[in-house]
Amino acid sequence: MRYLPKSPADREALLRAIGARSIDDLFASIPPEYKLNRNLKVPRQMAESEIVDWFRERSRENGDGYARFLGAGAYHHYRPVIIDSLISRGEFLTAYTPYQAEISQGTLQSIFEFQTMICELTGMEVANASMYDGSTAAAEAVMMAVRLTGRRSVAVARSLHPEYREVLATYGRHQQMPMTPVGFAENGRVDMKALEQAITAETACVLIQSPNFFGTIEGVAAVADLVHKQGALLVVSIAEAVSLGIVEPPRQADIIAMEAQSFGVPLGFGGPYCGVIATREQFVRQMPGRLAGQTTDRNGKRGFVLTLATREQHIRREKATSNICTNQALVALMVNIFMTIYGKVGLRELAKQNLAKTAYAAQQFSKHAQVLFGDAPRFNEFVVQTSESPQAINSRILGHKIVGGLPLKKFYPELGNAALWCCTEMTTRTAIDTAVGLVAESEGSARPGAETDVEEVTR
Amino acid sequence: MKHITRKATRHVNQNEGLIFEKSSPGKAAWKLPPLDVPEVDTAQLLGSFERKDLGNLPEVSEIEIIRHFTRLSTWNYAIDLGMYPLGSCTMKYNPRVNEVVSRFDGLANAHPYQPEKISQGALRIIRTLSECLIEITGMDAITLQPAAGAHGEMTGLLLVRAYQQSKGHPRKRILIPDSAHGTNPATAAMVGYAVENLKSNAQGMVDVGALAAQMNEDVAALMLTNPNTLGVFEQDIHKIADIMHAKGGLLYMDGANMNALVGKVRPGDFGVDLMHLNLHKTFSTPHGGGGPGSGPVAVKKMLEPFLPAPVLMTKADGTLGFDYDRPQSVGRVRAFYGNFGMFVRALAYTLANGPEGLRQTTEDAVLNANYIRKGLEGAYDLPYATPSMHEVVFSDKIQAKKGVRTMDIAKRLIDYGFHPYTTAFPLIVPGALMIEPTESESKEEMDLFIEAMRFIAEEVEEDPQMVLSAPHSTRVSRLDEVAAARKPVLRWKPS
Repeated sequence: MRYLPKSPADREALLRAIGARSIDDLFASIPPEYKLNRNLKVPRQMAESEIVDWFRERSRENGDGYARFLGAGAYHHYRPVIIDSLISRGEFLTAYTPYQAEISQGTLQSIFEFQTMICELTGMEVANASMYDGSTAAAEAVMMAVRLTGRRSVAVARSLHPEYREVLATYGRHQQMPMTPVGFAENGRVDMKALEQAITAETACVLIQSPNFFGTIEGVAAVADLVHKQGALLVVSIAEAVSLGIVEPPRQADIIAMEAQSFGVPLGFGGPYCGVIATREQFVRQMPGRLAGQTTDRNGKRGFVLTLATREQHIRREKATSNICTNQALVALMVNIFMTIYGKVGLRELAKQNLAKTAYAAQQFSKHAQVLFGDAPRFNEFVVQTSESPQAINSRILGHKIVGGLPLKKFYPELGNAALWCCTEMTTRTAIDTAVGLVAESEGSARPGAETDVEEVTR
Repeated sequence: MKHITRKATRHVNQNEGLIFEKSSPGKAAWKLPPLDVPEVDTAQLLGSFERKDLGNLPEVSEIEIIRHFTRLSTWNYAIDLGMYPLGSCTMKYNPRVNEVVSRFDGLANAHPYQPEKISQGALRIIRTLSECLIEITGMDAITLQPAAGAHGEMTGLLLVRAYQQSKGHPRKRILIPDSAHGTNPATAAMVGYAVENLKSNAQGMVDVGALAAQMNEDVAALMLTNPNTLGVFEQDIHKIADIMHAKGGLLYMDGANMNALVGKVRPGDFGVDLMHLNLHKTFSTPHGGGGPGSGPVAVKKMLEPFLPAPVLMTKADGTLGFDYDRPQSVGRVRAFYGNFGMFVRALAYTLANGPEGLRQTTEDAVLNANYIRKGLEGAYDLPYATPSMHEVVFSDKIQAKKGVRTMDIAKRLIDYGFHPYTTAFPLIVPGALMIEPTESESKEEMDLFIEAMRFIAEEVEEDPQMVLSAPHSTRVSRLDEVAAARKPVLRWKPS
């Protein structure tokens, strides 16, 4: 086996040194009745060239070369090539969690820079080293709010990603955390009246997403006022990190739970991605996950260590803030390199392109179909309502190598034939025009000035 | 110090500040293509929601970024540089073909919501890996959704709870041996269970008598690592399973140490009801400085209805798809389908090995651990004489007499060119040195390791201060962790 660095003679020499007659001696502690006396039924050993061929074939069966209008928590942005050059360095790729700080300064300094940039982008004071993804980060942020307030109820916006809501429900099920869903208003934002009613003296936190699942930017300041008036905390989930380049961050939040996939992480059929939690300094000791901190060595030289470990499972066991151990370090490094590449100016320009493509696409769609929630500003997603079912539209346009918007009926039956469309800087005008043309085919004649009409209709 | 040059030699490495310290206005590492749609007036579109300033994000050029991260990388130790014998972490070689195939366009750029019709490649990878892991564990069904080992544990205990609930009552407690990983009790707490400690016997194994006495109808499951964290196979595993099953409890296996078993014995055959795997340990996906991981949970038939939705299925037309209609499911534990990129890598590893390679891998891992045990016996105290599987646990009892503890020995090992072993774990061994070489080490590398450890043992006798003040050859000396925690500096700020 080509990964194993031993010759048959080496193995014999090791056995002799140990004083074992055969390898079976070393497995003598396994009761014989349980031993597997046959080969595992897994595919035969393959050559590297065969492995490459097998996966290339799977790649071809997997929508290679399609234009996609899908977002919904997973965004197709350009990944500068140096991200993969750098994360492929064995010293990053094949290192463990940096517990031995003296020989892990590369990873530790990189985490420290990551935490700093996440703070700058979110307007928060501290950020952790990463969580599994945006959905679990949101659930853990809610649990953190429960610990901080000593209250247990949670109000959750229905405009939060439906799968994030499902994950939160799973996490909260056995922790006595009653959850109240809060609907959305006609402008796509959280329904403020419903929210006011949902918050009680028992409410630990309110969880919203901005830009929300429909792409609509929430009025976070107004929501925060309502929440804080009742002594509850505001948790804001951000699924589209590129929005932070041009949209005011939810500074009024107490905890931000982010998905940073947009920053240089491949779509990869849903993972691995990169969750992050950011919050105020005063809450840091209830924060889950690893944290890198600055310190000095015995000679006064600057260095970095993992710190505040007394929050964590390997020290606190059942009293830890979370059971999280392995996180998403290498993915966080991709995110870090992406933020470094685009930086202060590039990230804004990138976000602006997303905004422009989306504004153009929404305008084009509105000539033939209803674009919902036009009253509030949006980032790079929008909801299109058609008379034909989005599934039918999608299967028609799939023949043109275009993947249409995500049908929403499964998650929001009340929205009928609605689909969530997404444009990024990767979406070409040609693709937009083609998709709009194909949707228009079934939507009959053009309706000029439709976006204004739509607003009146939805109001 | 003259010994040190055998494995490692000091060499110059570059200093490098924080990236923010290199930033200056007007430098850029990015370039966008011309916009092919009309420009927009951001103020008009966003109004008061427009962000005007991105604060202290850096402005640097591409070459500076390459140098910055390359320099940082050289400050890390890594498997690619040498033996990384962290016990319980299984730091094995991370094959490069895994990295190549996971980056093929159709896989790397696949959107999780793209139609199943054009996702058959990804679904087939999930199916094939699932089948391999079910066969390797001897279980009946699997979910790949959990993102890491601890996440797998949580999923597993959710399944336990749902199963016990379906039998009438979720029960109250989870039994956890005192040798267990910290994630086990932390997970039990997250799923609403109380933790009851199970004391180990004199051999470091589950005390079957104590288990029988502690097991009752309030106990939902036992979380057992096997081989346990001493690297010892629980020989009474069938009795343990019987005791649990007789009173309606389940046997959960923490699969952190599965590298000792693959191809030799299957947990499903020795009474385990459910278990998680760590693809980033046993199946060679890179640790990446602390993730991403992947923690599939394999279960026996009776637990299948409770698996997180969606579950992969074969549809009427023979194609693969997801089944979301799972009324008894514990629910989702993560958005989408799990860390798919890790599935690709784990499957590539399995295919590169085949049945013979997987078995040989396990045999070599156990052979290596026993070779190191033999090589260090006498120089270090072996608290449990029970046979070792894939890892061996020594204690610092001999060295402690000179005031030298496991962490000091670990730091000195750095000077000899090795990554330290796991220190101070498992908790049942005071001053533990937990060593797991994995199958990836050659005889030559292990001989150097044994020699280094023996030199350190001599140094402890002759010049303990040399060990206490180690490491001597790193960029930074021992860092002040107490100060870091007392007054946390968790981000850079402009001065």
